[in-house]
Amino acid sequence: MAAQPETIDQVRAVTEQKYKYGFTTDIESDVAPKGLNEDIVRFISAKKNEPEWLLEWRLRAYRVWLTMEEPEWAAVQFPPIDYQDAHYYAAPKQKVRPKSLDEVDPELLATYAKLGIPLREQEILAGVEGSENKSPAIAVDAVFDSVSVATTFKAKLEEMGIIFCAISEAVQKHPDLVKKYLGSVVPYTDNYYATLNCAVFTDGSFVYIPKGVRCPMELSTYFRINQANTGQFERTLIIADEGSYVSYLEGCTAPQRDENQLHAAVVELVALDNATIKYSTVQNWYPGNAEGVGGIYNFVTKRGACRGKNSKISWTQVETGSAITWKYPSCILQGDNSVGEFYSVAITNNRQQADTGTKMIHIGKNTRSTIVSKGISAGKAQQTYRGLVKILPKAEGARNHTQCDSLLIGDQCGAHTVPYIESRNRSARIEHEATTAKISDDQLFYCRQRGISEEDAVSLIVNGFCKEVLKELPMEFAVEAQKLVGISLEGSVG
Amino acid sequence: MIEIKNLHAKVDGKDILKGVDLTIRPGEVHAIMGPNGAGKSTLSYVLAGRDGYEVTDGSVTYYGKDLLAMEPEERAAEGVFLAFQYPVEIPGVANTTFLKTAINATRKHRGEKELDAMQFLKLLREKTKALGMSDEMLKRAVNVGFSGGEKKRNETLQMAVLEPKFAILDETDSGLDIDALKIVAEGVNALRSPERSMLVITHYQRLLDYIVPDYVHVLAAGRVVKSGGKDLALELEKNGYRDFGVDEAA
Ligand SMILES: Nc1ncnc2c1ncn2[C@@H]1O[C@H](COP(=O)(O)OP(=O)(O)OP(=O)(O)O)[C@@H](O)[C@H]1O
Ligand SMILES: [Mg+2]
Repeated sequence: MAAQPETIDQVRAVTEQKYKYGFTTDIESDVAPKGLNEDIVRFISAKKNEPEWLLEWRLRAYRVWLTMEEPEWAAVQFPPIDYQDAHYYAAPKQKVRPKSLDEVDPELLATYAKLGIPLREQEILAGVEGSENKSPAIAVDAVFDSVSVATTFKAKLEEMGIIFCAISEAVQKHPDLVKKYLGSVVPYTDNYYATLNCAVFTDGSFVYIPKGVRCPMELSTYFRINQANTGQFERTLIIADEGSYVSYLEGCTAPQRDENQLHAAVVELVALDNATIKYSTVQNWYPGNAEGVGGIYNFVTKRGACRGKNSKISWTQVETGSAITWKYPSCILQGDNSVGEFYSVAITNNRQQADTGTKMIHIGKNTRSTIVSKGISAGKAQQTYRGLVKILPKAEGARNHTQCDSLLIGDQCGAHTVPYIESRNRSARIEHEATTAKISDDQLFYCRQRGISEEDAVSLIVNGFCKEVLKELPMEFAVEAQKLVGISLEGSVG
Repeated sequence: MIEIKNLHAKVDGKDILKGVDLTIRPGEVHAIMGPNGAGKSTLSYVLAGRDGYEVTDGSVTYYGKDLLAMEPEERAAEGVFLAFQYPVEIPGVANTTFLKTAINATRKHRGEKELDAMQFLKLLREKTKALGMSDEMLKRAVNVGFSGGEKKRNETLQMAVLEPKFAILDETDSGLDIDALKIVAEGVNALRSPERSMLVITHYQRLLDYIVPDYVHVLAAGRVVKSGGKDLALELEKNGYRDFGVDEAA
């Protein structure tokens, strides 16, 4: 049991190779000059050929942003960001928007192939027609740096009246919908990063499910940051009209770079009467190396409004990447009997930091919310669960159940739980449970004595710890997420 | 064949094993008895390869291979099984999942095909039934909330499923009620075969009425101080360990 140096080398090798998405793609891109000012905002808006009202909205946001201060309440630490030292627009160089996949730069398609995204419509279709019982098809919108490059399955969805396209395209083709709902859940004055996003967002996905339609396939967006020194500010807007249902998946990767990159997205969900939105994320942005150099700053605002009665919004997230995560997918439970759910697995290793959680705002009668948060910390990582449950006076009969568990690997990491509970209705019932556990040497030895390698043992224990959340993911994602859980913790023991 | 020669080991800077010699041939069952703190569990951990148990001298040859050079999971894959004196709880991991992962890891190591869900369940059902365990216990997390006796039974189940070549049972009989003791002993006896060796650590000669050993050894103060046949256990039961200079050693 000597051989220490070899072990260390092996661990290092594993850690270094573990971020397998850390390649860059060589594509000439159309980049705005560095820096942020009103001209840049106008440049972005002009690039997108936007209507006047949208430009005005962006400028209003920009002016508010100038008066705001970066939030400091989160339990994360990072050197100040120089907002003038980044590009706010980077598009793969292309004269016109591609009409079909054949017009998309093959380099781009190759990148997505490397990421394992089934972008080629033909292939997907072939897979579906081949066997009826296979997993349902997935429609994919791919966002590369700031621009949405291809949306598959569009025609099939259009037949049902479902709109699934880049938000820049929706601005052109469905301006009324965009105007009605954009900023209606996350107003342009909301918070530092969201307000910045309003000013400079470049692209993202737009989904509209018409009344009574059950979307027949998972809708999915893959985000990829490729360009150096770019921030990514995508904007997603999903509207589920009365009685409709949609399940939406979001996946993210970024190349391995030494400098930090900012990702400040905004996601808005609107569920009308009897509608359900299920939003799942597997976030695997580059986390930086073991010493904490590089990696993505993931400062994201995600919020859903259960506007209609009996509506439901369910957030499921598996967060394994990013150097810093600052993220609180929330639900505003306005409609009577509406339901909000938050299922989260957050894994931090090495020097990653995460401050994540949710907000459940109960406004309507008999609104219910469930929070299940599983935090895993290894290495020197720090993690905080921060959750707010707020019951307003009219939320007669509101219910919340929160389960918040932390698992520590090693003794140099930290996990913290910060629940905020505000109840202004006496009939409301709020339950909060929290546990902290550690993977012990005894457990690891026990597994190894049964023939299970140390890394598989960690993966087994961690997957067991978060299975309540993983089972909420759509099938296609669940397997990927399980593997990711293993990979993210490689080299965390021994 | 397992040959332990002049084995010395340290825990936390303290010498615990001070020259253990023991040879176990295929098919043999050896019992080890000895006072509390003699080093019986330490010996079993050293054989299983637990971190922190530093071998300072001696050797262990396992079917011609240097056992001490192998990682714990390799030893397991080579057929070494330790039924723990204090089985460990693993919250969140179902007993079934744990067993399936374990058996497939060992099969993979041996170049055998992994069992699929159906094959595994069939095997598991057989073994569970033989040991009088409920299906409900299989669904529960490994050892979590199990009674002392249930944990021991669970160790026996794992052994039955993994079919080791060399099984070390560290006080598997403690905490078992009379009926459970019989069931577990039957389970162990069912595994007895000309290829399989066992090292049974116990404080009670009663167990040896059920699992009849070929040899009995007394381990005291880190050394095998006396070896004999099954009768040695009866003798110990009568006279205790005072003949072995335990008081001086302690
Ligand atoms: N981690 C440790 N640090 C210090 N001393 C230890 C450690 N582990 C074991 N020991 C000591 O080593 C000696 C042998 O312990 P061991 O558990 O092997 O005894 P045993 O023969 O199995 O006893 P029992 O019959 O009570 O199970 C004891 O004196 C014990 O206190
Ligand atoms: Mg012992």
